[in-house]
Amino acid sequence: MYKYDSYDHQIIKDRVNQFKDQTRRYFAGELSEEEFLPLRLQNGLYVQRLAPMLRIAIPYGMLNAAQLRRLARISRDYDKGYAHFTTRQNLQLNWPSIKDAPQILAELAEVEMHAVQTSGNCIRNVTSDQFAGVTPEEMVDPRPYCEIVRQWSTFHPEFAFLPRKFKIAVNACPDSDRAAIHVHDIGLQIVKNADGDLGFKVLVGGGLGRTPMIGAVIREFLPEQDLLTYLEAILRVYNRYGRRDNKYKARIKILVKALSAEGFAEKVEAEWEHLKDTPNRLTQKEIDRVKQHFVPPDYEDITDSSMLQNQLAENTYFSNWYSRNVAPHKRQGYSIVTLTLKKLGVPPGDASARQLDQLADLTEEFSFGEARVTHEQNIVLADVPQDKLFELWQRIKPMGFATPVLGTLNDIICCPGGDYCSLANAKSIPVAEAIQAKFDDLDYVYDIGELDLNISGCMNACGHHHVGNIGVLGVDKKGEEWYQVSLGGDSGQKASIGKILGPSFARNEMPEVIEKLLTVYVEQRHEDELFLDTYRRIGLKPFKERVYAGTH
Amino acid sequence: MPELINNGDIQTDHWVYLEKSDEPEKQTVPDGKVLIPLSTWLAQSDRLTGRIGADFGIWFDSDEEPETLGEAVRQFAVVGVNFPKFADGRGYSIARLLRERYGFTGDLRAIGDVLLDQLFYMKRCGFSSFALRPDRSAETALTGLATFQEVYQSATDQPAPLFRRRA
Repeated sequence: MYKYDSYDHQIIKDRVNQFKDQTRRYFAGELSEEEFLPLRLQNGLYVQRLAPMLRIAIPYGMLNAAQLRRLARISRDYDKGYAHFTTRQNLQLNWPSIKDAPQILAELAEVEMHAVQTSGNCIRNVTSDQFAGVTPEEMVDPRPYCEIVRQWSTFHPEFAFLPRKFKIAVNACPDSDRAAIHVHDIGLQIVKNADGDLGFKVLVGGGLGRTPMIGAVIREFLPEQDLLTYLEAILRVYNRYGRRDNKYKARIKILVKALSAEGFAEKVEAEWEHLKDTPNRLTQKEIDRVKQHFVPPDYEDITDSSMLQNQLAENTYFSNWYSRNVAPHKRQGYSIVTLTLKKLGVPPGDASARQLDQLADLTEEFSFGEARVTHEQNIVLADVPQDKLFELWQRIKPMGFATPVLGTLNDIICCPGGDYCSLANAKSIPVAEAIQAKFDDLDYVYDIGELDLNISGCMNACGHHHVGNIGVLGVDKKGEEWYQVSLGGDSGQKASIGKILGPSFARNEMPEVIEKLLTVYVEQRHEDELFLDTYRRIGLKPFKERVYAGTH
Repeated sequence: MPELINNGDIQTDHWVYLEKSDEPEKQTVPDGKVLIPLSTWLAQSDRLTGRIGADFGIWFDSDEEPETLGEAVRQFAVVGVNFPKFADGRGYSIARLLRERYGFTGDLRAIGDVLLDQLFYMKRCGFSSFALRPDRSAETALTGLATFQEVYQSATDQPAPLFRRRA
């Protein structure tokens, strides 16, 4: 993964000192609440319902063992001994004090971490595929481009006070998309043109929240050297013309809609004419320099898979886990393993300090000392030798990382919700838990197969409910918590926004509602059809009729 | 007296920043050091051309466009860009366009809600002077100009991005 040089260290160190001074001035009364707000937000510090919350960036999801251990230590020293992995490859501490925040940032900087621009109306942490660099599906490794974008966006002087937050995601797989680029402010799809040159298809204006939208393609092919100048053109058009009068209409998607995708593209291209031949155009030297940080580790030659085959044949539980939580690797003899943070009774994405330490040990023993975090709130060990899979599985079972539900009904994406978040209309974690408890029969869960169930506690959609095959949204009805269900959302290459099923439900009705939806699927599905396929074929009506039958 | 940070020095700010008028063609422009609204300049430029010099300039509001004047902005010695609220970031783009696209080389001044913690970014976007909010100490604010020793991006103050300078 990317290793800081003296420049990167200096920049982050200066940032820590800057925030230390800002915090001092805030407590000395020299900075008002209103003035301190964007400064602390751009250092990841929110003030939440119960305490401040510190959101730490994990750039495009990459973590090493030393960083995991440091996060464990920080969560012990400054918090209640646990942390929460978010749906945007960040990590949140839910109980730090504002006074401690500068010290926490200083301790993070020592292991090349920060909380820069994890909040506020600026360019946020760039996200990507958690299988980047190791999946056979990808065209090239997207991480060097993510790092180039990270550096360009870090303390960009022109774009620190945008109309609203701004999220960029990069995907390099032609046929799959684990980075959800269609629902980002900018989505970059790495492609090759007819001449075989590498570049980007550029999507703009996707997003969730109150007005969910699928991004529009504004350029089919952007040569890789032009990445930063083109991003700069998009951001400048947005910074100048995005709405600032109404925060609910301030995202770039509203501007793109108002101008039309073609109209927006024209403005960007006109701006880019001025920028494309400036020194900001990437050099091959820089692209090569950053790529050096992402060369494959020292793989061994593993050609004999008979041991693994025997272990799979002998142990059904291992075989279940293998078929759900282990993915194919580029390199023969290696596998990609997803460790699930979805154990019943623990909020999705939560990890204790002890678990963070355990993860650090696991990365060193099984995966070259590195891990990735996923937007589904799980952890990936990307380079596990196949002859060590059984041993790994035995190790992680008692740790709670081997729940074999990846990609299923019980791999729920869920925001912190009303238990922690001051924006939430409703609690989300208890809904996730009730659903997990109801569907604890793994045979049933496996029979249902691939299904994204996403839960958000409010319209801000941190739980990505719009792109869940089944989406659940907490709503407030006269002070009571209700839940609205939508069907048919998808964050992949054929991205779509879910359609609302009908009137909302009380919390205790939710497991039964989900069961009815699944029953319709099981009755109507054709062979090999996933839930989403069946929904796309038969539409909303049969589901709606079943769920609301007898309620009129 | 309000203070002005000008090229790293603290000065007493003797400038008048004339507010926008609903009837710019009728607005009276006072004598002495003055920055007038773009709209007033556009309405009265024939009459005011003689004032152009070291003590006279115009200012852009955050919703106004540098394209309105284009390279004609070069005739002024001082041009202001207003930040109605510090969180309104349009002025940063306006500044870069005035400097990098329209070739303005005079004194580019940040006016309005100008605070210490924005000065570094403002300087990077080409601002050379800062009319601080009167309740703020210019002494303290000066430190804000030197927050970072190194930067990643190209901007007005450093056209070469770090990737072209990295040792």
